[in-house]
Amino acid sequence: MAFEQQARTSSLLLRQGKMKRVLGSCLSWLYLACIYGFIFLPVAVLVLFSFQDGRLPVPPFNGVSLQWYEAVFADRKLMAALANSFLVATTSSIVACALGFLAAYALARYRLPGSAWQRGLLIAPMTVSYLIIALGLLAVLNTLGIPLSLWTVGIGHVVINLPLCFAIIYASMGDHHINIERAARDLGASDFKVMTLVTAPMLMPSIMAAFFLSVTFSWDEFIIAFLLSRFDVTLPVEIWSMLRSGLNPKTNAIGSLVFLISVAVLLVLELALFGRSRKS
Amino acid sequence: MTASVSIRNATKTYGPFKALDDVSLDIDAGEFIVLLGPSGCGKTTLLSILGGFTTPTAGSVSIGGRDMTGVAPARRPTTTMFQDYALFPHMRLVDNVGFGLRMRGLPKNERDDKAMGFLNLVGLKSAARKKPHELSGGQRQRVALARALAVDPDVLLLDEPLGALDLKLRRQMQDELKAIQQRVGTTFVHVTHDQEEAMAIADRIVVMNQGKVEDFGAPAEIHMRPKSLFSAGFMGEINFLQGRVREAANDGARVETPVGTVVLPAANFTIRKPVPGDDVTLCIRPEHFCDAASHSAVRLGEAHITASAFFGTHFRCHLAPMAANQLSLVAHMPQASAVRPGERIPLALDPSGVTALAVA
Repeated sequence: MAFEQQARTSSLLLRQGKMKRVLGSCLSWLYLACIYGFIFLPVAVLVLFSFQDGRLPVPPFNGVSLQWYEAVFADRKLMAALANSFLVATTSSIVACALGFLAAYALARYRLPGSAWQRGLLIAPMTVSYLIIALGLLAVLNTLGIPLSLWTVGIGHVVINLPLCFAIIYASMGDHHINIERAARDLGASDFKVMTLVTAPMLMPSIMAAFFLSVTFSWDEFIIAFLLSRFDVTLPVEIWSMLRSGLNPKTNAIGSLVFLISVAVLLVLELALFGRSRKS
Repeated sequence: MTASVSIRNATKTYGPFKALDDVSLDIDAGEFIVLLGPSGCGKTTLLSILGGFTTPTAGSVSIGGRDMTGVAPARRPTTTMFQDYALFPHMRLVDNVGFGLRMRGLPKNERDDKAMGFLNLVGLKSAARKKPHELSGGQRQRVALARALAVDPDVLLLDEPLGALDLKLRRQMQDELKAIQQRVGTTFVHVTHDQEEAMAIADRIVVMNQGKVEDFGAPAEIHMRPKSLFSAGFMGEINFLQGRVREAANDGARVETPVGTVVLPAANFTIRKPVPGDDVTLCIRPEHFCDAASHSAVRLGEAHITASAFFGTHFRCHLAPMAANQLSLVAHMPQASAVRPGERIPLALDPSGVTALAVA
């Protein structure tokens, strides 16, 4: 009798445990869905209403139309801004990567006075807000009498992306590379050749990662681009000036395009670089 | 190509620590030299000084008669083969091997031909288009060797190149290294802490300890006639027996030890001639205890076997001599002897195998 009861309670306990587990996993799935919903719902809405057949990008959704994309591609100013953004993003990223690589090489391979401080100093701009950096640069450029242009935007983007590039490339410069560089030197390579033929190719995955990340950051950046440009502007600045004239599905369309390009760059990065480095 | 190497009073200090203490060595062209010693003995520092990666605090190095002071690694007639191979991971094998030639400005087709030749030498011609990560440890080793030899160095420096390989592969690579060295004729300076490896490949061994050269000579000489207690102990298992010279003549000496009196030829005193009254340490390898019936044997009474183990080629026994049973000697007994602990056996010694050194 007592035995039977014991069996019954234990099966009850088992069933309770199972229910608890099911409930727990349901909750964690719900939590996950909420997180992704929170992050991506705005983007989804933006993309959805870029196809709006009507004048306002707000519910209700009236039907699918590509008219706003047509309008975007017909807009010369937007297209010029797109080209400007592309130019600034790639050029400033190349410069940031080159400078970041050189700084990382020096700090990883040579004993420099106060190298910990120098490392800190290089990374420090990461902690400063873009607004402050832009204002600082603006003051400096004014004092030096340098007119605002895409070049000055590029300089601003180098300032914000250099710490990132430095940190990524420095982290990948392991001690196990030292003997490889030594071997190259031993076989007759000059310092410049060691750097260009051995060190940089060895670190190519992380250099490319730094490059693509800084391209996406520069591509999306608004405050510095806004404050340091004048006649030629980058895409985010152009979008902002469009927004001032009110909501319009055209802004959704260009926003969707920007998003698409960022995703494409990240996908290239993931597939081409991280996929390969995982293998070797 | 090949060249002699001469090291004069090389010293390297790091603060108060002497990594290398007044080392002088003369290496002949085309020799296979092994620097042997425990870790921290200064052998890698010495190699690094030869390669130009480390500047000696004092002293000088000359290669082929040319003073190397202040000459950068790239300008020296040396190349180094690193312990971790240090292959260029992003280059194919043929480009790895051809790198040194590329730095010397050879056109691409010429250096590819030459690189293929060296890959052929190490048996990896068919893998020329692979990258280093596709190879096994032994294969990477061979590529590193080919790359170092491709620039035709006078002296090849090898920094524990076989340390990362398993035992079987290591034995195989030792034979290959030796064969390749004999084929190309380059002077090899090889660092290791493995005395068996040293014996297997060296023409001459440099035994180092605490920054100093303890012994320098052919493997057999160092094994049979060590010039220091450290060298004697490092080259394999050995018994040290304290004694005192009682009588000395030109051709030999009588040494009194706790287990009995031994007459030794004068040649067995490697450091200085025996003088009556000298305290000496007799170095006896386990294999030099012999059958008491053989005519050259010196009989030393009897001994208890306190422990024994079968090692395939011999029994390794611990013996306590009756004359001095606080002593424990290690002896190798023949395979067929079937010794058992507790047995009493006659203790005898082949005096030609014994070396007498000064007391430490």
